[in-house]
Amino acid sequence: MNIRVYKDKITARLMGVIAFLSCLILVLIIAGLYYRSRPVLELKPFLELLTSGSWHPLRQEFGFYPFIMGSLWVTGVAIIMAIPLCLLTSIYLSEYAPGYLREWIKPLIDLLAGIPSVIYGVWGVLVIVPLIKDTIAPRVGSFSSGYCVLSGGVVLGIMICPIIIHVSLEVFRAVPRELREASLSLGATRWQTIKQVVLRKARPGIMAAIVLGLSRAFGETMAVLMVVGNVPRAPGSLLDAAYPLPALIANNYGEMLSVPLYDSALMLACFILLLVVLLFNIVARIVLIRIERQM
Amino acid sequence: MEPETHIRVKNLNVYYGKDHVLRDVSINIPDKRVIVIIGPSGCGKTTLLRSFNRLVDTVDGVRVSGEVMVDEENIFDPHVELTHIRKKMGLLSQTPYPLPMSIYDNVAYGPRLHGIKDKKKLNSVVEHYLKIAGLWEEVKDKLHTPATQVSIGQQQRLCLARGLAVEPEIILADEPTSALDPKSSRHIEESFLRLKKDYTIIVVTHILRQARRLADYVIFLYCGELIEHGPARQVFESPREKMTREYIQGVIS
Ligand SMILES: Nc1ncnc2c1ncn2[C@@H]1O[C@H](COP(=O)(O)OP(=O)(O)OP(=O)(O)O)[C@@H](O)[C@H]1O
Ligand SMILES: [Mg+2]
Repeated sequence: MNIRVYKDKITARLMGVIAFLSCLILVLIIAGLYYRSRPVLELKPFLELLTSGSWHPLRQEFGFYPFIMGSLWVTGVAIIMAIPLCLLTSIYLSEYAPGYLREWIKPLIDLLAGIPSVIYGVWGVLVIVPLIKDTIAPRVGSFSSGYCVLSGGVVLGIMICPIIIHVSLEVFRAVPRELREASLSLGATRWQTIKQVVLRKARPGIMAAIVLGLSRAFGETMAVLMVVGNVPRAPGSLLDAAYPLPALIANNYGEMLSVPLYDSALMLACFILLLVVLLFNIVARIVLIRIERQM
Repeated sequence: MEPETHIRVKNLNVYYGKDHVLRDVSINIPDKRVIVIIGPSGCGKTTLLRSFNRLVDTVDGVRVSGEVMVDEENIFDPHVELTHIRKKMGLLSQTPYPLPMSIYDNVAYGPRLHGIKDKKKLNSVVEHYLKIAGLWEEVKDKLHTPATQVSIGQQQRLCLARGLAVEPEIILADEPTSALDPKSSRHIEESFLRLKKDYTIIVVTHILRQARRLADYVIFLYCGELIEHGPARQVFESPREKMTREYIQGVIS
């Protein structure tokens, strides 16, 4: 057989195997996490673990409620902040900005996505935390150390902007030009066209972009951990400290493993985190793939 | 004597970046007739059509000089109000693009933009224009289904109804039947022939047979230049220019 053809076949096989292996790794991780979290799952039913608020590893009480609430609060603030910012940015870039400007700004935004998260964390500690402690908290007549849900949310909100802008920009660009022209030719203004045609057509894609942002926010560890305060109590307000799941894992894994079942509880936290993030990603990807097919 | 006219084009030049795609086009478009623009692919037919309602503006890096007078108003004047100009013209594109909403809302879209809110009024407007476009009987029981769920031919007639609903004086159609089956094409052609007593209809086509069926007046473009224009009979039967004759005989395409 011709040696080139032979090489081609071997490379194809090899790459196939590697691709398969990387999928396999994901499955193995999920299985492994599940396996290692079984001891704590045997201790109490899953639902009770999720809804119990008492976290006392030494007494073998592992209630994940504070951490889940911490994650939800911080992610919620982040997404509420990010949505208007990102939508306005991508609407401007897609509908109003001249082509050359869009082509310049797009890579810049993608560059933001590549900034290491610890740098966002440092920025949060240096800028956001003092701002909240010295200015915002006193303004609303309460006290806060600055290490709180709001700081985490703000830092995260900024962090997830690049991905949401990137995806929603693509979604807007996928809306056929003729559709805009149809609306314009009926005497609609640009803004009317955007509101009633472009946004409507783009809605599923925008949802997908937001869900991708959510999953990024939900799983983000470093930047959040540095600014949220890490107190294992469910937050009651924006100015309370929180302790999101990823922070719990990163802070404690490898430190208190002599405590029985502690390791297993952290594995369960990993398991929950992974499932949520995977689920969000899969849903978003499916929507986006559908949109691409329609083009 | 010149026929009455709403649209007068004077020394129109359009550039896409460095491409000079319309060269010094001047013409008076006669009213209440079917005007057909013919010419080989890439000669600027679409561009000319899209100059009439300034949709050329949406292209990045486009430059226009010259005048297009619509009702004695130069639409390329920077102070002109675009929505008002565009409302005067209905547009049919090559493939129908229904808006992402129901059949009813597609037709009601324009009237709503221009301030009609009253339910009863809207209902009657929608019915009226769907009838004019010859679509009413087929869709009257599913007015509230998404417009993308009807056939392509029906979608094109829906787009016609949608365009008519803003009460334009002019209909611009860019190869409106090229994506349709023969039967739907005939529907569209018939509507044009019916509508021409009330509207000025400008159709781009490169199907010569269709041009002969529809045209009262013919405009022949070649490489961005206006080669010949005149009443259909004259242009088809005794063209003045050699190039027109060759195009009509199929020597050049
Ligand atoms: N958006 C655009 N940007 C740059 N150049 C364009 C653009 N649209 C058209 N052109 C160029 O302008 C010229 C005229 O195009 P136009 O679409 O007006 O031709 P046409 O006569 O409608 O052709 P066809 O019969 O193929 O539809 C062509 O050479 C085309 O390549
Ligand atoms: Mg064309």
